[in-house]
Amino acid sequence: MPNILVVEDSPTMRQLVSFALKRIQGSNVTEAIDGVDALKKLSSERFDLILADINMPVMDGLKLVSLVRNDPNYKDIPIIIITTEGAEEDKKRALSIGANAYLPKPIQTQELIRLVNQFLGK
Amino acid sequence: MKGSVQEFISEAEELIEDVNKNLLTMQDTFKQGIDPDVINSIFRSIHTLKGLSGLFGLRHITEFSHSLESFLDELRLGKVTLDSEVIGFLFSNIDILMRLFSDVEKGEKEGDVSGAIRDIEAFKGRVQGKVSGPSLEELGIDPTVVKVLSEYEEHRLKTNITDGKGIYQVQAIFGLTDFDKALEGLTNNIKAMGEVITTLPSSTGIPPGSIGFTIIFGSKERSDAFKDKLSGFEIKEIVQGKLSKPAAPSTTQDTATLKSITHTVRVDIDKLDRILNTVGELVLAKGAVHRISKEMSDSYGYTPLVIDVHKIAQTFERRLAELQDQILEIRMVPIGQIFGRLAQVVRRYTRDVGKEIDLELFGEDTEIDKLLAEEIIDPLMHLIRNAIDHGIEPADVRKASGKKEKGTVTLRAFPKGNRVVIDVQDDGAGIDMEKLVQKAKEKGLVSPGQSLERSEIIDLIFIPGFSTKDVVSEVSGRGVGMDVVKEKLSSLGGFIEVHTVSGQGTTFTLTLPITLAIIKALLIGVSTERFAIPLTSIAETLIIQADDIQTIEGKEVLELRGEMLSLLRVANVFRLEIRQSDRFFIVVVGFGERRMGMIVDEIYGQQEIVIKSLSDYLKGIPGLAGAAEIGKHEVILVLDVEALLEDAVQKKRLREDYKRK
Repeated sequence: MPNILVVEDSPTMRQLVSFALKRIQGSNVTEAIDGVDALKKLSSERFDLILADINMPVMDGLKLVSLVRNDPNYKDIPIIIITTEGAEEDKKRALSIGANAYLPKPIQTQELIRLVNQFLGK
Repeated sequence: MKGSVQEFISEAEELIEDVNKNLLTMQDTFKQGIDPDVINSIFRSIHTLKGLSGLFGLRHITEFSHSLESFLDELRLGKVTLDSEVIGFLFSNIDILMRLFSDVEKGEKEGDVSGAIRDIEAFKGRVQGKVSGPSLEELGIDPTVVKVLSEYEEHRLKTNITDGKGIYQVQAIFGLTDFDKALEGLTNNIKAMGEVITTLPSSTGIPPGSIGFTIIFGSKERSDAFKDKLSGFEIKEIVQGKLSKPAAPSTTQDTATLKSITHTVRVDIDKLDRILNTVGELVLAKGAVHRISKEMSDSYGYTPLVIDVHKIAQTFERRLAELQDQILEIRMVPIGQIFGRLAQVVRRYTRDVGKEIDLELFGEDTEIDKLLAEEIIDPLMHLIRNAIDHGIEPADVRKASGKKEKGTVTLRAFPKGNRVVIDVQDDGAGIDMEKLVQKAKEKGLVSPGQSLERSEIIDLIFIPGFSTKDVVSEVSGRGVGMDVVKEKLSSLGGFIEVHTVSGQGTTFTLTLPITLAIIKALLIGVSTERFAIPLTSIAETLIIQADDIQTIEGKEVLELRGEMLSLLRVANVFRLEIRQSDRFFIVVVGFGERRMGMIVDEIYGQQEIVIKSLSDYLKGIPGLAGAAEIGKHEVILVLDVEALLEDAVQKKRLREDYKRK
C-alpha cells in the first residue's frame, strides 16, 4: 500500500484529507502538523508522496519542498502543495523550487484523489 | 460527517478566539511598534478559517474570510498602514465572522455578506499604503535563499533591513532524533534578541543521522551580543545594522528550553457529562455496597470475610471520590478565560460610547465549571455595560466631584468554600435611591405614601421592565434587564447581591456554585415526601420545639440570635399534609437580608447528587429545580431555594402593602 505524508496545520483539514486518502483512495497516511514535524516523520519512514500546505507555522511548505528536493534520500518523492486562492506568489515559488503540482483550497475530494492517483501511477 | 462538522466548529471557535486575543495585543502595542508575528498569526487564522469553510461548503463565510484574508495579507506585507482605525475595522469584521459561525452552529442559513465584503474592499482602497524599496538581491541576500522565502518572509526581511536592523544567520546541526526540540530551544533563544525571519532546513553536507538548519534573523543588537547566548553555533552577519547599539546586559537565560509544546486534547463537554453520569451511577452502586457490608456485619458479626468486604467498600469509596474530583477538575477552567473575552468587549464598547474606563481584573486563576463559565458570561457582560452606561459618570462630572476622570470597573473572582464569588464593581455615582422610588411610584409599583427599606428599594431594579433611564442606551439595550440577570443566576443555583454607596459606586456580587455537575445536598423529609436541598444554599440547620415558633401578624417567625427569621412550611408549598409534632427541623437558607427558615419534619443527612432536569410534566412547578436519583431506584425532587425565597420576599411585600391600605 502506498505511504503518503500529509502536512497541514489545521486539524480538521488534516483529518479530512487523511480520511479521503485512507478510506476512498486507499493509501497509508502519516500526518504531520508543520514543516518540522514533517522532517521528523520523513526521517523515520519512507513515503511515496507528500501532500503539504504552504502556509504553516514554525516551518512552511516552501522550506519543506526545498529540503526534499535537495536531499538525495528524498529528492524523488513527488510533492503536491495545497494552496489557496490569493496566494499566487507563494504557489509560483513552490512550483519553481520543485513542487510537482498544486491542489487548490477548498479541496475537492475527487480532485485530490485524481491527483494523488496520477502521482502514484494508479 | 456530523463529527467532523463539530470539530470544524470548535476549531473555528478557537481560531476566532486567537484572532481576538491577537487583535487586543495589537491594539495595546501598535503605537510602540507591533510584533509582526501577531499580524501574521491573525492572517494565518483567517487563512485556515477560509480553507475550512470552503471545505464545508459555507460559501458566504468563505467569500467573506477570503476578502478579510487578502486585507490582512496586505497589512502583513506592509501595503496597508496599521493604525487604530484599521484595528477597529478588524474588530468589527471579526464580530461579523463570529455571528456567521454562530448561525451555522445553530443550524441556520449563513447570513448575507455582500455588504460586509464591499465594506472591506472600500476600506482597503482608503488606507492603501505604499510599497517600494530595493530587491533583496540588491541588498546582498543569497539568491538561493531568496528563492525559498515566502512573500511574507521576503517582506519581513526587507522591513528589517530598511529599519536599520542587522541581518544575521545562524547555522545549526542537530541529531535526527531530537532536532525538533533543539530547534525550538534555539528559536526561542533567538526570539529573545530579535525577529526570526525564516528557518531553512538542509541536509546537503550534513553528517548522516543529523539535519542542518539555517536561521535568518533581524536584530538591532550587535553580533558580539549574541556570542554568549548562541555559543556553539556558527553566526554570520549578512547585512550590517545601522543602529547597532552596545549589547544590553543579558536578562534571558542561557540554557535553551527543551520543554515541548503542551499536550492537550479537546473534549466535547457532553462526553464529560456522560462520564459524570456513569460516575453518578457508580455512586449509587457504592451506596449499595456500603449497605450490604453493613447488613453483613449486622447479621454475621466481624468475620474475616465481612472485614474484607468492609475494606473493599472503603477503597471503592475513596477511589470513587478521587475519580469524581478528577473529572470535575477536567471541567474546570480558569475564570480568566471569560474575563479575557469580557475585556475585549469592554475595550471596544468604551471606544464606541466614548467613555474612558480602566478595567481591572483580579482572581483570574479562580476555577469554575466550563458550563457555568459560559452561562455566566452574558449576565456579567450586562452588568459591566450597565456600570459603564449608568454607573460611571461623564468625565466632567467626575472631575467636578474630585474623582479621577477615568472611571474604573473592577472584576474580581475568588473561591469561597464550594462557591465562586464574582464582584462587578464600579467607582461611579452609586444607585440613585430617590430616582428609583420616584420611578417605581410612576409605574404604580409603590403606593404614594409607602416608605421602603433600603434593600427593598435596591430590589426594585430586578423587577422586569424596570429601568431608570427613559431611553435605553443603544448598546446595552439588548432586551436584557437586571431581572434576566437575576433569573439566570437563580437557574444556575446562585444569587446576586447589590451594594451601593452614593458617590462612591456600586458592587454587584454574584455567588455561584463551583460546578453544576455533582452537588452535595441535604436530604429532608416533609410529610410523606423526601426532598433534596443543595448545600450551597444552606446557611445552617436547627432543631426547635413547636412552641419556639411565634406568630407575628399571622406569619410564623422564629427568634434566632436576636433577629426575626421568617419561616416557610415546605408542606404548605406543595400542599402536603402537615405532620403534627412538637419538634421540628429548620433549614436556614439564603444569606444576608434574604434569609428564611424552612420548616421540615426530618433531616436524613447529606448525599452527593446529580441533578437532572424535570420532564415537561413537572416543569413549571415553582420551587422545584430538578430531580435526582438517590439509590435503590428512588428519585427525589430537588428544591429550588432561590425561587422559594423570592416567593417569600414578594409575599412579604404584598402583605405589607395590604396592611398599609
